[in-house]
Amino acid sequence: MSSPTLTKDEDARPATPGPAEGPAPERPDTTPTALSRFLGNPKAVVLVCAVLVVVVSALVSGSGAWPGALTADVKSPLNDLDDWLVDNRDTHWLFLYFLLHFSNAAESSVDSITSLFDSMGWIGVTVIGTLIAWAGGGADLSRRALRTGATGLAVFLICGILGVWEPTMETLALMVVAVVCAAVLGFLLGLASGLSDRFERILRPVFDTMQVMPAFAFLLPLVLLFNIGTPSALIATVIYASPPIARLTALGLRSADPAALEASASLGASGWQQLVTAKLPLARKQMMLGLNQTIMMCLSMVVLASLIGGGGLGDEIYQALGALKIGEALVAGVAVVLLAVLLDRTTAAAGERLDDVVKAGLTKTMARLRRAVWGLIAVLIALFAAIGSAIGEGEWPDGWTVDFTNPIDTAVNWLTDHIGSGIPVLGGTITWAEGFTESVLNPLRSGLLATPWWALALLVAVIGWIVGTWRAALTGVICLALVGWMSLWDVAMDTLSQVLAGLVLTVILGVVVGILCARIDRVERIMRPVLDTMQTMPQFVYLIPVIALVGQNRTGGILAAVIYAAPAVIRITAQGLRQVDPAAMEAATSLGATGRQQLFGVQLPLARKSILVALNQGVVLVLSMVVIAGLIGGGALGYMVVQGLSKGNLSQGFPAGIAIVCLGIMLDRLSQPSKGRVRD
Amino acid sequence: MNPNRIRNTAFAGVGIVSVLALATGCGAADTKAGGDDKVVLAEPSWVGATANAAVVKKLLEDEMDVKVEAKQMDEPVAFDALNSGKADAILEDWHGVPKKQKKYVEDKKTVVSGGDLGVVGHIGWFVPKYWADKHPDVVKDYKKLNKYYKDFKTSESGDKGHFIGAAPSYSQHDKGLIKNLGMKFKHIPSGAEAAQLKELKRLYDAKKPFLTYWWEPQWMNEQIDMVEVKLPKYTKGCEVPESKAKCGYETNQLEKFMNKDFANSDSDAAKFIKNFKWSTKDQNKVAGMIAGKKMDPEDAAAAWIKDNKSTWEKWIPKKK
Repeated sequence: MSSPTLTKDEDARPATPGPAEGPAPERPDTTPTALSRFLGNPKAVVLVCAVLVVVVSALVSGSGAWPGALTADVKSPLNDLDDWLVDNRDTHWLFLYFLLHFSNAAESSVDSITSLFDSMGWIGVTVIGTLIAWAGGGADLSRRALRTGATGLAVFLICGILGVWEPTMETLALMVVAVVCAAVLGFLLGLASGLSDRFERILRPVFDTMQVMPAFAFLLPLVLLFNIGTPSALIATVIYASPPIARLTALGLRSADPAALEASASLGASGWQQLVTAKLPLARKQMMLGLNQTIMMCLSMVVLASLIGGGGLGDEIYQALGALKIGEALVAGVAVVLLAVLLDRTTAAAGERLDDVVKAGLTKTMARLRRAVWGLIAVLIALFAAIGSAIGEGEWPDGWTVDFTNPIDTAVNWLTDHIGSGIPVLGGTITWAEGFTESVLNPLRSGLLATPWWALALLVAVIGWIVGTWRAALTGVICLALVGWMSLWDVAMDTLSQVLAGLVLTVILGVVVGILCARIDRVERIMRPVLDTMQTMPQFVYLIPVIALVGQNRTGGILAAVIYAAPAVIRITAQGLRQVDPAAMEAATSLGATGRQQLFGVQLPLARKSILVALNQGVVLVLSMVVIAGLIGGGALGYMVVQGLSKGNLSQGFPAGIAIVCLGIMLDRLSQPSKGRVRD
Repeated sequence: MNPNRIRNTAFAGVGIVSVLALATGCGAADTKAGGDDKVVLAEPSWVGATANAAVVKKLLEDEMDVKVEAKQMDEPVAFDALNSGKADAILEDWHGVPKKQKKYVEDKKTVVSGGDLGVVGHIGWFVPKYWADKHPDVVKDYKKLNKYYKDFKTSESGDKGHFIGAAPSYSQHDKGLIKNLGMKFKHIPSGAEAAQLKELKRLYDAKKPFLTYWWEPQWMNEQIDMVEVKLPKYTKGCEVPESKAKCGYETNQLEKFMNKDFANSDSDAAKFIKNFKWSTKDQNKVAGMIAGKKMDPEDAAAAWIKDNKSTWEKWIPKKK
């Protein structure tokens, strides 16, 4: 089966030095040995033919613009819609009797949580937060419970000391409401698709789209429907974050042990009883895992939502960047990372505990104790809400903060100045970035632009067919056609060239570091907190240092995307390598294989599947950074979305957002081997 | 389809529908957001706007005991917020969203002008002084830029010169202007103001030539020395539509806008905001403290308030 290998080749291709040299910087041919192997394979021959068609047609025509006759005017109807929405927002029944209820409910619930935190005072919030973390960890004196409790205490205190108490509380309030809504919505959808096959068929493509869709793309229509501020932020967050819990709930319900179900059915349980007493308890662990992921996604979105008036830590970061105060932005970013650590550890501990309970059962006294602890928490919340303001100030006392911002600024500036251009011989990052733009990005872009649209569609179809099924091919081609139909072809090719280049860098970096992590324990230990930080640090924070390092250009955007997407690739690769059957490794060693032979001959081939999953994740994550890259000179579709959003221009932002989604779905299908597609 | 499955499907369906029904409730929703006595200021993302908001907030809270919330939003969004009542006032508008301004101020009449801010805004094309000193002919005539376009080439701009464009939400018509004036430059937009500032700082420190969209007042002008390139003179309406734009930028009296209900409410806070008017120099002082000296906006405002009592005393409405 050579198809997965082919996928990889295809995606990795633009990284080879080839594109920089040839006049058709398109698709360098594979190496001769590989070629001879491919010739025995009909699919490979088709692929090579398609590549040849692309190269030749690009050389002959020299311009690949989408034909004007096949485009449609999407702008005028969108402008009309925009006008209509603005004119009718406070009179039409759709808003008065439906949508405005959502926004008002969202607004008032977030407001009430914020004022609850406010009246509890910082002492109250810290005590309750620590207690909840401790209770989540098991509410006893075990190491796990104490550790999560201590994490909670430390996180709240550090946020206070860093002087970001108030925005942290705002973010936390928005988070609480968003997580509850996302969890409820996700649970219901998961229940529906876990119990009914029909719902599952309907919901799966919806979840797929929700996950490849960059969050920015749907901020704009939400702003038009719900106005700026909390409601849009909340709704965007809920949409973005509910798929994981829905998927995992459905998975948990479907994978419940048939023996247990049979037992409960034979005891005469009705469908409802069976659901409540057997299926749901058995799915608890999966649901907890889903909740964990949902919380992390909520957090990343809550920060992004500052662009539409979401407030909180995101606002703090965005504003600090406006005055180039990297230190201040970084401090707020650290608070976000800390919140993420707290929420992640608490839900993970709760998940582990549930696991133990399922395995070992629960003693009566422990159960009673836990109920008592939760009761105590409820009482304390009421108590603090009532008298909290009396025992301490609402906000963290000013005298107890330490200002780290100026030393951080100095350090970051020193670093960027010296790495930026000061290194002798090597030239520094700015020179490299220019080299990268000129030798990789520019040829790749002009190559894509020179390729006729039909040749590119052919190539997409062939890859889709080889990697997946004819469905994948069809989806890919439709996505591409949709982009052209909206007259965004040229811009989309610019974005595509950046995504491909970013993807290749991400995958190379991710696989290399992943191999190191999997083989050397110390590297893994060092990398774990680094990866945690890279994944949860709001992307805004590193945009400005990136500009200092490489300038405001497409390379900067790509660098930011690599920082964001690499951790997932590293993790999945490392995990895949470590899960390789130890017996196979042992066998290789006993046959006298060197470490290298063992890696390339046994470990990597056996972990191929995980590496492909990593590639697919990389595609989705790199693409979700396209818009963020638009903020620092990535241009193209990302910039169009940002401008559409900040100018409130639906006819500009929305088609660009759809085009990003199209590219996303196309790349996702092309990088998803047929296994995954069979379910469709 | 077996009965069990039908039941499950019905079950799930009813569940979803009932939740939706619960969420929407019944009856018409309240269209007016907020509504309490808190004053909400729309604060665009640039530092000058932060300075306005910080001073107004500090004075309203300390001198008049009015609670103020400054929400960060750029002009286009701020106009929507003023229309809906989510924000009560924007203190510095550069007339960057003429379409929305017309719709809300002239057609729907939900937003009213709050008078001039007193600060004069000016946008134009700028080059760094170290480069302008070597090429003095350029400053008087934009056409001369074409002579030197090669100096401005980068990896992004290909065989043309690199023009550093504005952040997406700012008033601009450079793309059309470059084309219509036949400039050998490629317009490359900045994704955000912060990105543009950092890029300029980097190029300035490296003493490289660059041509950029730039404006006054701007706190970075205290750190870098820029010279304006003379563009064709602005006449009213010469920049619309952008594809036909052939002129430079208007020198702008920056304006305040308020939500109509708030403006008509006759509250002291509304009167104060109408009275609020200060000079470019004052604003630069506060903005310089915030951005240049990295002070907290609140502290910067407090420092300015301490030294300028005579200026702000006039803003506070007389007690009846």
